[in-house]
Amino acid sequence: MKPVRRLEPAVILAVMGREFANFRTFWKSTAFTSTFEPVVYLFAFGLGLGSTLVTDVDGIEYVQFVGTGLVATAVVFSSALPAMFGTFVKERFQRTYDAILAAPVDVEELVTAEMLWIGLRSAVFGCFPLIVTMFFGLEPKITMLLVPIFAFVTALAFSAFGITMAASVSKIDQFNYVTTLVITPLFLVAGTFFPIDQLPDGFQIAAQFNPLYQLVELVRGACFGLEAVDILRFAGLVALAIVLWRVAIRRLTSRLII
Amino acid sequence: MTALVPAIEIHGLTKSFGPIKAVDGLDLVVDKGVCLGLLGPNGAGKSTTMKMLTGQAIADSGEIRVLGFDLPSEGKNARASMGVVPQLDNLDIDVTVEENLAIFARLYRVEDVGAAVDRTLEIARLTDRRKDAVDKLSGGMRRRLLLARGLVHDPKLLLLDEPTVGLDPQIRTELWTLIERLRSSGTTILMSTHYIEEAERLADEVAVMANGKVIARATPAELIAEHAGKSTAEVYGPPDRLAEVRSMVEDAGLRVRPAGPAIAIVAAETAAPGLIPEDAIHRAGSLEDVFVMLTGEDAE
Repeated sequence: MKPVRRLEPAVILAVMGREFANFRTFWKSTAFTSTFEPVVYLFAFGLGLGSTLVTDVDGIEYVQFVGTGLVATAVVFSSALPAMFGTFVKERFQRTYDAILAAPVDVEELVTAEMLWIGLRSAVFGCFPLIVTMFFGLEPKITMLLVPIFAFVTALAFSAFGITMAASVSKIDQFNYVTTLVITPLFLVAGTFFPIDQLPDGFQIAAQFNPLYQLVELVRGACFGLEAVDILRFAGLVALAIVLWRVAIRRLTSRLII
Repeated sequence: MTALVPAIEIHGLTKSFGPIKAVDGLDLVVDKGVCLGLLGPNGAGKSTTMKMLTGQAIADSGEIRVLGFDLPSEGKNARASMGVVPQLDNLDIDVTVEENLAIFARLYRVEDVGAAVDRTLEIARLTDRRKDAVDKLSGGMRRRLLLARGLVHDPKLLLLDEPTVGLDPQIRTELWTLIERLRSSGTTILMSTHYIEEAERLADEVAVMANGKVIARATPAELIAEHAGKSTAEVYGPPDRLAEVRSMVEDAGLRVRPAGPAIAIVAAETAAPGLIPEDAIHRAGSLEDVFVMLTGEDAE
């Protein structure tokens, strides 16, 4: 009996290669949105609020405070949403997964490849707000090279979450609940636009469990000075990504293998 | 793996979805080099069987071995040497024809991806369209590409799931030519279909499925000889007359099946002289006669 190998790198790369081939046909619109959106937010919040109401937060100029926080926004919107919609469309409408699973690929490899691909994309898109903010006076710093790594790990967790949701809903409209009840609140209380220490105690404790808040803190750390506690934040994100990875595999397996 | 190991061995296979027994004690052996047509009405269990062969459905009980590998535990190894052409078009429509093939060549770990793409483009006669996006292709070209994609790794076994369902006659004939070429080159093929003509034209052997199991299996000619007969007489007319003829002929021990607006008297050559109305149209017994006699009048 020839042993059945799991998580074969060649297979994972091949599935990612499929994503890449498709991505090449629509990368321009995605890249445009990812660059343009942080600029809009920066103008609206950073310059709008920054010039009228707030000048700085904890000694950081407000436009830079928002600019660094927007990395997390870019990451969640380029990971959770594409994972959710992409998985559902490929599973239900395009039946792409039927074709892939008829090849010597298993669901574990499929989920891993999709997550890695989205993680890599988000690692790149996550850097855009930072680059834009540099035009607003953000000083380059060597530790900023850690930002893509932070973005990558967080995006892995959110893509696994998106795949899990896609494997759980029966209709595509139900994603509205996920966006309104999960993604938007996480995005709003991540400390992107205002520091969370101004929120009531309950929210502050809740924010500690918000992976986006941890990412925002890590990115600000990379830009303005890391602290020892950041190792814990990073470890937390890695653990979350691993747990959600396994959950996504289980959910998608029960959806695809009847 | 020796040449003696059958390509597919299925014993006592069952699979239920809630109260519905989709596959109910299926036994099926497909030897190498054979093109077996799996013929049955909708709901006979063909698609579920196909899904179990690709590991996308897990049997409740029974054994499946594909190319010597136990399923589902060694399914991945089996799938490496198996090509699958799905019923529904699931090509990547935004990317080019050759990229569609290359993506799957890589999924199958083909060593020389370029050569595999060239070879399958040739089979599908799409070499001059290789740089076009799939959504620019005609329906027939897309079907040929779908078939070619299942061949990128030169599989030992090919599963065709209703390969021509919903296609217009020209495209169907075109695909049949392609499948026929594969069959004569010795590829083992399991083809599910509910088109009788398809099974008749392409299959070396036909297994008729109903209610989750195989109820008859032989070459088309043998099935016709055993379950129909040399000739079939079709009688047309108003319902009253058909009912009258039917009861008369059945009383004489002949078998009759409805055939759209007519009734078909099978094995008409065995009828006593004068029993069959003079205006009846005589034709050779067909697989369709077999199919309806075996799977019941209400099929489809």
